[in-house]
Amino acid sequence: MRALKCRECGREYPLTANHVCEFDFGPLEVAYDYERIKHGLSRANIQSRPQTMWRYRELLPVGGEPTVGTQVGFTPLVKADRLARRLGIRELWIKNDTVNYPTLSFKDRVVSVALSRARELGFSTVACASTGNLDNSVAANAAAAGLKAYVFIPADLEQGKVINSLVYGAEVIGIRGHYDEVNRLCAEIAGKYGWAFVNVNMRPYYSEGSKSMGFEIVEQLGWRIPRHTVICMASGSLLTKIHKSYQEFIKLGLASQTEYLIHGAQATGCSPISTAQKAGLDFFKPVKPNTIAKSLAIGTPADGFYALKVMRETGGAAEDVTDDEIREGIKLLAECEGIFAETAGGVTVGVAKKLIAAGKIPADDSAVLCVTGNGLKTLDAVAGHVGQTRDIRPSLREFEALLESDGALAATR
Amino acid sequence: MPTKVRIPTPLRKLTNNEEVVEVTSTTVGGAISELQGLYPGIKERLLDDTGAVRRFVNVYVNEEDIRFLQNQQTPLKDGDEMSIIPAIAGG
Repeated sequence: MRALKCRECGREYPLTANHVCEFDFGPLEVAYDYERIKHGLSRANIQSRPQTMWRYRELLPVGGEPTVGTQVGFTPLVKADRLARRLGIRELWIKNDTVNYPTLSFKDRVVSVALSRARELGFSTVACASTGNLDNSVAANAAAAGLKAYVFIPADLEQGKVINSLVYGAEVIGIRGHYDEVNRLCAEIAGKYGWAFVNVNMRPYYSEGSKSMGFEIVEQLGWRIPRHTVICMASGSLLTKIHKSYQEFIKLGLASQTEYLIHGAQATGCSPISTAQKAGLDFFKPVKPNTIAKSLAIGTPADGFYALKVMRETGGAAEDVTDDEIREGIKLLAECEGIFAETAGGVTVGVAKKLIAAGKIPADDSAVLCVTGNGLKTLDAVAGHVGQTRDIRPSLREFEALLESDGALAATR
Repeated sequence: MPTKVRIPTPLRKLTNNEEVVEVTSTTVGGAISELQGLYPGIKERLLDDTGAVRRFVNVYVNEEDIRFLQNQQTPLKDGDEMSIIPAIAGG
């Protein structure tokens, strides 16, 4: 880590808790000394390290050794042959962050970086604006690190996600409004209190954590960048950072230069980025979200502009899916691969299905789908849509009657 | 009663560290020009070369994004609150 640098004008700032350029409000990003990193980092020494996201430590923005979330990452990359057949593509992989440690979403990656860095900068209180997964991760990782946590969420979030933050003893503040309003309030609070807001003043560090998902994909594919990567978009940050991870591996000679396409997935009920991409625009129009994919419900996406740029530059596509298609995507992934994803995963699978059907991801190609969160957290979204149990008395006769009626039903089909 | 304008941290060097300042203009665009008179240099930080609000600046009137209202033509009346907030946050 060398400095914080404005993505727009290139002005540099010291490595403090600061996310905005004073001159043009552009986002600050961590700048690295790649020449130096190149000398110390090889495939062999990465492979010799523990299987966590920290095996790529030189490319993550902490000054010393990480102290929070040291076990995070290196989730399975699953070869999804059954889903591939259902979607009509030659080869398909699922990057399965539904089993990330400790809170079952990709947010553990960004939080471990943000909190490790917050400690280095001397903060004792951490905070976030969240659509659900982030607050779970901040609450859990702060508890384990002995930090005080304030998490701000839309008041109507899924029960599973709310309880998943309360249990760690975090101060959970429900805001009566949608995420963009939570975010605006947090931007104001962050300017006023000396806290480490992971996705406000700590955002340059925090967002870099997402790169680890891309590094792992490349390593797990045998140091190969996938031809197609499908990524769900809320703020658009994950998509831009996975692109950056591929670029960095090429720059460092850890993966070979290859043509790859980055595709973006949104829910139709909150699709400012995919709508702009499909219309060929390089800017988006903010929307008021209305979708079951609450973790993606950001109507004013901070990285929307850059996500559009990445898709344009790599030749990727964007698409969005309805609530019914999201549930269908969740079921498809569960029934074919035994992976239960939250609504955002349903969005990614649903969009992949559409892009393959439209030929935007050719049937004879290979794709990786980034599945970012666990379905146990959004049970409300699928309850009543996945069938129900059939209750019988503990009687063999009743069970056989049930089997017989199934057989009879099957015969009449 | 004038309109209160909340100034974000990156601009407070221009407002002598004032967090809240007051204007009497009747539109958002007018308020930005008025701010320029009070704190020279602030306008170019908020607006781009074409006079549009910069890509990474969000402006709210009474907690509503002006892009859902009438952008710089959004009216201001006594007691309204205008907030200027960096767009890069969250997610």
